[in-house]
Amino acid sequence: MLELTFGIGFVGLLAWVVTQRSHLRLRVRLELVTVLLALFLGALYAIAKRVEGGLGAITHLSDQVPWGLWITFDLCGVALASGGFLIAATVHVLHLKRFEPILRPTVLTALIAYQLVAAVLVLDLGRPQRFWHPLIMWQHHSVMFEITLCLTLYTVVLMVEFLPAILERVGRPQLAEPLHRLAIPVVIAGVILSTLHQSSFGSLFLIVPQKLHPLWYTPWLPALFLVSAAAAGLAVVILESWLCSVFLQRQLPAVLIRELARACQWVLWGYVMLKVGDLAWRGRWMDFTKPTWLGVLWIVEVVGGVAVPAVWLGRAWRRRTARGLTGSAWLVIGGLALNRANISWFALIPAVGVVYVPSWMEVVITAALFVAGVAIFAAVSRLLPVFPRTDSTPA
Amino acid sequence: MATTPPVVTGVTRRQFLGTSAAAAAGLCVGGMASAAATPPQASGAERIGVLVDLTRCIGCRACVRACNDRNDLPQDPQPTSVWDGPAQTLTYQRWTVVNRIGQSTAQEGSSVKQQCLHCLEPACVSVCPVGALRQLDSGAVIYRQERCIGCRYCVFACPFGIPKFQWDSGVTPVIGKCQFCAQHATFDGPACVKACPTGALKFGTREELLFEARARLHARPDRYLNHIYGEQEVGGTSWLYLSGQPFERLGFPQGLPSVGLPRLTWVALKVLPAAVTVLAVIMSLASSLLPRRPPPSS
Repeated sequence: MLELTFGIGFVGLLAWVVTQRSHLRLRVRLELVTVLLALFLGALYAIAKRVEGGLGAITHLSDQVPWGLWITFDLCGVALASGGFLIAATVHVLHLKRFEPILRPTVLTALIAYQLVAAVLVLDLGRPQRFWHPLIMWQHHSVMFEITLCLTLYTVVLMVEFLPAILERVGRPQLAEPLHRLAIPVVIAGVILSTLHQSSFGSLFLIVPQKLHPLWYTPWLPALFLVSAAAAGLAVVILESWLCSVFLQRQLPAVLIRELARACQWVLWGYVMLKVGDLAWRGRWMDFTKPTWLGVLWIVEVVGGVAVPAVWLGRAWRRRTARGLTGSAWLVIGGLALNRANISWFALIPAVGVVYVPSWMEVVITAALFVAGVAIFAAVSRLLPVFPRTDSTPA
Repeated sequence: MATTPPVVTGVTRRQFLGTSAAAAAGLCVGGMASAAATPPQASGAERIGVLVDLTRCIGCRACVRACNDRNDLPQDPQPTSVWDGPAQTLTYQRWTVVNRIGQSTAQEGSSVKQQCLHCLEPACVSVCPVGALRQLDSGAVIYRQERCIGCRYCVFACPFGIPKFQWDSGVTPVIGKCQFCAQHATFDGPACVKACPTGALKFGTREELLFEARARLHARPDRYLNHIYGEQEVGGTSWLYLSGQPFERLGFPQGLPSVGLPRLTWVALKVLPAAVTVLAVIMSLASSLLPRRPPPSS
């Protein structure tokens, strides 16, 4: 029944778009429309099925593997959005006002990313309608409780940080005046909340020493999560600047991007030292003497996703090559995603003994939300004063 | 347009960053050093427990049926023993199972009862964000459905794989696990113990049961393996096992740390108040001491 409804809906909507295309002056590619329609209707179908038949009906999760793709997505999403608090602190705490032009795009990215993460988290709950329970039923020994509280409060902080853009657009910039005066305390609160929850996503896995492979299980997980998130957050700002210039014709100042690349390079080197030092401290070097696929994943993650981009970034910002910057930023982001996937997925496989592969519906819901996030960013950045003016007249 | 570098007053940014990094590192090291401190836990003087003597179990599954009856869980249409039918697995509505494990032509196996071991320091209780899982003073870990949000962190965290999730329920799934029968208003020992015809299950205080277990090991060293499973594992469990077969052959998790798992998380959680304070102080100082430079005017 559900399948039939959504099948008819898909065909109907597609037909409608095709017939109305010229009328609505939609200068869109038909194949793109088809893919997007299929994606969103697929996601809606999966959500309807989830409400009807439970998580078991749409996911490949089980009592052996109770967390899957969505948790990995959340771990990645939150880490990649860390640019929001880093740039805010740079501008308002370190008073490096020259970074102000990139603050709003970064805050908007973080705001959207956190909404996506929250949406996925709530969808992943067995009882989504009770998402508010942790906020009133405090259990302060639980990392999950602490993360929920921090995420909620930090979302409020991000909204306050972004509100001036909306007020300027509706022609009431004077209403933002009190917000500007509150900027420093709000940003400081944001940095504290971010430090807490970025590290606590690593603390989530401290409870499973018997499950998580020793290449990754370490009491320093929270610190490693925080530092890797910082590097990845900066890489996202670098990459975003390039993507925006290509697809949205909006540009972030190249000078600032090079400075970020320089900072990102040093964070990456620090992270390499932490990762290697941690293995040495725990004496786990011997794990590499016999080749295992997890050992290969560790090396790909740390060499390919951290060390190589650190070198590459260093060359790129000195030689001012855009390709080097974007290429190494991609590597950093890929390395972070691999790290989070290793910890929440692959490195659990030997102990659990069950290989989890997400269902198509898990993938489609994740992809649809991601696409929606990109679309919202594109729309908001056109509607609101998010990017610095590119014209030469002084503001 | 060339601008003159601004005059730096007070601390330089570099000095400042260095000092704050040192402070943050110091905080981390301090947190690690005091890892010995324990998270709070229920401190019942009279912790209850059950001694499971696998050498006395005949695999009749009377305990399973008694559990299902007492807790309103669905019964098997046909009563079975471990010798007929497929092995049973724990689910959200089957809180204990007994199976024949390790049986082969070469080796004698053993009937193994599985249920929640009621850890003295339960991982599930510590990870639950809403306190849906709760440890009573007696040590029994009970589940309060009305709080549960279905995040499944308990399922993920349990070292014994006990809590089970209701995967086929739309938006009202529950977690199912043995609650020692302590969730009922009247509690006089778990139903399974009363149903056991051979004395393979014995209910008492954990202290008494440990004494009893050691006495049995001492009296019949030929019959038992010299190991009380649950005495040390993850800081100790309320349910204790004696066996004639090696525990690893019977599917009992091996290599578990002998400290309570919640301590591993608490190390990170308890430094947070200090971290918040240090961060707040450092950043307030930074924002007031560091020189304010005008925004680029070019």
